[in-house]
Amino acid sequence: MSPTEDATLSRMTIVTSGSDEVIEQIYKQLNKLIEVVAVMDLSEGEHLERELMLVKVRAEGVVREEMKRMTDIFRGCIIDVSDKTYTIQLTGTGHKLESFLQAIDRSLILETVRTGASGIGRGDRILKL
Amino acid sequence: MELTGAEITIRCLQEEGAEYVFGYPGGAVLHIYDALFTQDQVKHILVRHEQAAIHAADGYARSTDKVGVALVTSGPGVTNAVTGIATAYMDSIPMVIISGQVPTYAIGEDAFQEVDTVGITRPCVKHNFLVKDVKEIASTIKKAFYLAKSGRPGPVLVDIPKDISCQKTEFSYPTSVSIRSYNPAQHSDLGQIKNAVQLLLAAKRPMIYAGGGVILADASKQLTELVRLLGFPCTNTLMGLGGYPATDKQFVGMLGMHGTYEANMGMQYCDVLLAVGARFDDRVVGNVKHFSQEKRKIIHIDIDPSSISKRVKVDLPIVGDVAHVLNDLLAELHGSKEKPDQQAIAPWWAQIKEWRGKNSLVYKNSDEIIKPQFVIEKLYEVTQGDAFITSDVGQHQMWAAQYYKFDKPRRWINSGGLGTMGFGLPAAMGVQLAHPDAHVACVTGEGSIQMCIQELSTCKQFQLPLKIIMLNNRYLGMVRQWQQFFHGNRYAESYMDALPDFVKLAEAYGHVGMRIEKPSDVEPALKEAFGRKQQLVFMDFITDQTENVFPMVQGGKGLSEVILAEDL
Repeated sequence: MSPTEDATLSRMTIVTSGSDEVIEQIYKQLNKLIEVVAVMDLSEGEHLERELMLVKVRAEGVVREEMKRMTDIFRGCIIDVSDKTYTIQLTGTGHKLESFLQAIDRSLILETVRTGASGIGRGDRILKL
Repeated sequence: MELTGAEITIRCLQEEGAEYVFGYPGGAVLHIYDALFTQDQVKHILVRHEQAAIHAADGYARSTDKVGVALVTSGPGVTNAVTGIATAYMDSIPMVIISGQVPTYAIGEDAFQEVDTVGITRPCVKHNFLVKDVKEIASTIKKAFYLAKSGRPGPVLVDIPKDISCQKTEFSYPTSVSIRSYNPAQHSDLGQIKNAVQLLLAAKRPMIYAGGGVILADASKQLTELVRLLGFPCTNTLMGLGGYPATDKQFVGMLGMHGTYEANMGMQYCDVLLAVGARFDDRVVGNVKHFSQEKRKIIHIDIDPSSISKRVKVDLPIVGDVAHVLNDLLAELHGSKEKPDQQAIAPWWAQIKEWRGKNSLVYKNSDEIIKPQFVIEKLYEVTQGDAFITSDVGQHQMWAAQYYKFDKPRRWINSGGLGTMGFGLPAAMGVQLAHPDAHVACVTGEGSIQMCIQELSTCKQFQLPLKIIMLNNRYLGMVRQWQQFFHGNRYAESYMDALPDFVKLAEAYGHVGMRIEKPSDVEPALKEAFGRKQQLVFMDFITDQTENVFPMVQGGKGLSEVILAEDL
């Protein structure tokens, strides 16, 4: 939940799954909530999805260099450094973040924090009221 | 002039025209009770348990077209009320519940009698509010009444912390309310109406299936006109009884788990189904897969889009207020060049007549032992079909629904969705207060009545001359019936041992008690009871212990896989 360009509105992106019938029912149930002004199924059209992830990893010895390289490959950045750790910031789709976690040695991961997805329509497509 | 939050709360109830508030005092609502005490426009009905306050407000709302109002304290006051609130929510009953809360500065500190009321009630209210500023009480209560009554109705809770109810501010009640994110549909798409009329006129095996939405929208007049104009058969759900006159020849009875053979077969084998303010729930269509095996076109009118295509896929959805949509349908039909063709549906009526011939509600009467169905039939006769009937939950509820022929809406008051035992007596109190001169009977069992029996005390205090029709079979009958059918006759905990002497119990509360043990005494006893216009009469009918409710569509079965009494 976050503020928008309109001070009276907040917006959230929800990621869910289900059959067409289940999605239709989720859509209707969200609309039924008294405080919900509008619901849009972003996946009905072209859309963009981004998620922010912060990962603290052990980065010592030979893996220190390797971890920097992987971060570069995934277009992430290291935002905090200690002699034993890196804190890596990565943005992208949930799928990309998953791929990064798969690509590094999982035993080196100390902590993972993710925001969940934010979504927006492509091009002229906007959530109109 | 500045008023306290408590005074504002009561002024708001006055502005909304609330006649009665059902409630129970406690620490967090003391200021509000103090404000109640200094006026006499809104009358307070003191119940003996908060659950009963909600059921009474519920019965009041169901039997009128008004919003029920209840007032409870924080903590246990609210948690006791939750069963009642969930009951009202499941049946879409308009209600405003005012609850006290611990002072704002104590919220979250595990204060005495603190619960997270907004959190606890969120899944079973249409909406709820926690008022954090005395200036917002009036606008919040205005919104609460608007939300409760409009669209698909439902209970709305307003939680008022104790410090807010004693702070002061200027009072002015808003004359109008608008909520940007809440715009329930009124009129429907005329294109859809035209399509619906075409489908209906082309039908060879039509069926009209009407539910509680017809009652809530006060649309039984329109429904009756439509059914008669089309000449189609009509069935009602448990919640819809009275929406179409039960004694009419086009009425095929209630449908569903304990519906008539003709209603269920008609529902299963129709080619065009018009669903009006009903939601295809599990007790109505049983197994959805089985139901969907037969091809039919479904037109579904409902105010709530989330009720459409939820369990059963619908071909032609019409979202809107049932009364408005039926008016539009009628106008379109009257204006149409094509007229309903009675010849075309004559074979279908012949088929329905054959199904009717099964006489699925027949039961074997007895001279020795009182049959529960017989009591309801006599109740119908003695009250000339014109009483308000509330019920609890179980076999007696089904018998009342099957054998009391409701010709008018808002006469049949029962917990259909949640199935709340203990509903009947407090609901009847609300009905009697709304209709002081009417016959009000609560059909109950010896199991259900004991869940809110303390309300006999409330009935004494407010001189409510209810008639309690208790079908006493010394079993939790519906549980026993399922155990007999599906659990190898193992009657686990469904036996009511050590029952009180209900006659003495009624007398102890200051009422009249009667025990009726012979079939020949049923009618005279009922006549005597209803003759006692000023007194509550508690009638303990000792009935057949082994009687079952038929017809029955078992859970998970289809509507045509019905068990009739003759099958066993």
